Amino acid sequence: MVEHARRDHPDEACGVIAGPVGKDEAVRIVPMTNAERSPTFFRFDAQEQLKVWMEMDDSDEEPVVIYHSHTATEAYPSRTDISYAAEPNAHYVIVSTRECGQDVGPVEIRSYRILDGAVTEEPITIREHTPSETSREPRVR
Amino acid sequence: MAIEVRIPTILRAYTGGEKAVTSSGATLAELVDRLDARHPGIKERLVENGGLRRFVNVYVNDEDVRFTGSLETPVHDGDVVVVLPAVAGGTG
Repeated sequence: MVEHARRDHPDEACGVIAGPVGKDEAVRIVPMTNAERSPTFFRFDAQEQLKVWMEMDDSDEEPVVIYHSHTATEAYPSRTDISYAAEPNAHYVIVSTRECGQDVGPVEIRSYRILDGAVTEEPITIREHTPSETSREPRVR
Repeated sequence: MAIEVRIPTILRAYTGGEKAVTSSGATLAELVDRLDARHPGIKERLVENGGLRRFVNVYVNDEDVRFTGSLETPVHDGDVVVVLPAVAGGTG
């Protein structure tokens, strides 16, 4: 996510991390095209979104994480982010590249649930990923 | 005559939790009207001022209807209609 956000800076980067339905485990990252190619707005390319959503459906996956970057502001959901959040089961992750830009440097990464306009921040845990153990390992949150 | 309509998670409250329902019609507009007759309220989430809502993506047989006539897109028995909320946001 951070690599993608840096690469696309100063435009907003966006993507999804898929995982098995109902497990709340972020497993497979899919960087998406920001159809807006804008520093202040993002929208998944509609055709690409259909393809990725169908692939998830076929493999019993769901969007566990939906991420995007803020390139000039803090990693907190904007009014626009909140009003368009339409995946009730997803964790909305925001990466801010306002300090680092395309370079190595401080990056802010925060995660939220967004339900009916209400934002709740949640901690992020990063761990080694061993796909064979996903069913026994603690959940990534 | 049946056309399969795939419903996204956020709209499944209208379909009793069903992921896919069937409807019928000659155009997408007709199909949405009939869908709403059976699942009241769903049209409101798809249509605004007589047009498709800006942040709802609808595909007929994998084609984004924005390029095929929007609500006037013709539909046929055996077609598959997919509804997906656009994933969007921004600081602007």
